[in-house]
Amino acid sequence: MIMLSLAKATLGHGQCPVLQDVNAAFAPGEFVALVGPNGAGKSTLLSALAGLNPPISGEAMLANRPVALLSPGERARRIAYMPPDEQTVWPVPARTIAALGRMPHRKPLERLKAGDEAAIDAALEKTGVAHLGHRRFDMLSSGERARVLLARALATEAEILLLDEPTASLDPRHQLGLMDLLAAEAASGKLVVIAAHALGLVARYCSRVILIDGGKVAADGPPAEALSESNLERVFAITAPGGARPTGWSPA
Amino acid sequence: MRDFKLVVIQLAICAIASLAHLLAGGFPLGALLSGDEAARLILVDLRLPRLVLGLVIGASLGLTGAVLQGYFRNPLADPGIVGVTSSAGLGAVIALYFGLGGFLGIGVPLFAILGAATGAAVLLLVAGARASATTLILSGVAVAALANSLTALMMNLSPNPWALSEIAYWLMGSLANASWTEVSVALPLIAAGCFVLAFTARALDALTLGEETARSLGVNLTLLRILCVAGAALAVGGGVAVAGAIGFVGLVAPHLLRRFVDHQPSRLLLPAALGGAALLTAADALIRLLSGQGTPLYLGVATALLGVPFFFWLVRTQTRGPA
Repeated sequence: MIMLSLAKATLGHGQCPVLQDVNAAFAPGEFVALVGPNGAGKSTLLSALAGLNPPISGEAMLANRPVALLSPGERARRIAYMPPDEQTVWPVPARTIAALGRMPHRKPLERLKAGDEAAIDAALEKTGVAHLGHRRFDMLSSGERARVLLARALATEAEILLLDEPTASLDPRHQLGLMDLLAAEAASGKLVVIAAHALGLVARYCSRVILIDGGKVAADGPPAEALSESNLERVFAITAPGGARPTGWSPA
Repeated sequence: MRDFKLVVIQLAICAIASLAHLLAGGFPLGALLSGDEAARLILVDLRLPRLVLGLVIGASLGLTGAVLQGYFRNPLADPGIVGVTSSAGLGAVIALYFGLGGFLGIGVPLFAILGAATGAAVLLLVAGARASATTLILSGVAVAALANSLTALMMNLSPNPWALSEIAYWLMGSLANASWTEVSVALPLIAAGCFVLAFTARALDALTLGEETARSLGVNLTLLRILCVAGAALAVGGGVAVAGAIGFVGLVAPHLLRRFVDHQPSRLLLPAALGGAALLTAADALIRLLSGQGTPLYLGVATALLGVPFFFWLVRTQTRGPA
């Protein structure tokens, strides 16, 4: 069953194409990593999947409907998206940030209901920041902020999770915890797509890697194939004997 | 309601400010009780409409300030920043300059409202359909600058010193001319504007994490922008139409109260409106107390004089780190 797909899509900003001829279909339960050099177009692809950056040509489809035709509310309930570098100007408590994830489920001016509170608590618990709920978001460390923002995305309880570099500012232990968590979300039937540079983690946890380079999809398959020695040399210009190997690290 | 206690305290402060406003300059209680017609007229036709207008305009400025600060994600935004105050002022000055003030008895307010509507329309057209908050703020500054320069030109060209001083005093803002006519002109516009602005609450929260996140949460940014500009034009334009440009309330009221609502934009709206009402009413009471015959003080002066000490205190305590 196909949940989310791009067909013959040209993606970019305005009329300036970044990625050409993208064909990719995603099924529930997949844990996909978008991998590629800086500027390759990972974020462009993610925001197109999120329905926020409509393809210049081609179509992004959710189930059998163009994402562009969904109402913003329905799209927000079904797709949780975490853009890179989210910042806040107001020194609100961390829990208020996580609570934003429930907004797509609420009517205007409606208060949080018990179900909303439970979803927020569960999300904060999963990302290990429940104890930080009352702290000011802007006073947290960048890793703690990243986990609160992930809780915000999880709190929506959407069937699709699109996360732009969720591991970027986490310490090794929390990176492992995050990947465990996302693998569990995928195993529960959700579609999880992340952009990531941590190839050892990607190789260990992800079921599929889409390698992006030079304005197109360079490889699409299981990590062992997509992150092979020759692909890594071609795309990243690095020598990686044996390709990207799954990390053997685990929390002690 | 989560901020029930805060709102009750604010309502009490509004009530105290209102009482002070009615009592300022002496209250003819004895004459009123003995059925003196003149005393009744002073209360019902002079003091009450002025009080009502002060409360309503103060609330509209506080609310508009809170919405615009939330929308622009900038604590320095005030209702003037989208240019509607200046363009409403320009409309009024045009009416004064061409001697159209008597038109239907509501010439000045009518032209002020037309000015606010024109300013808002120009702003939305210049900024375009897909404008970001930054584009909108820059366009707003440009609209305000244009309206201000045209106003200055009118003053340059004004035929005599009397017309010049009428324009200058009008621009400083005053509730001294308030009657039930002014209330009936301003109240529907301001109510409509506040109604529109109330619908922005949820989207303002979503904007806490930026425009991209807000869109992903289902916020229609184009609609939000139109609500903000149209709501501000109605709410602020309605006030400027009858009382001139009253500064500072819209900037300071949200600021003073933000800390009491955990800095959450949606929860700030009602307290900011009540705070604006209290501040403007207190400022107007002060003016009624201090203004002697022939030396009318202007409202913008008093709002700043009352608000600035709070503001200094706020800036000082905020720079000392986390609350």
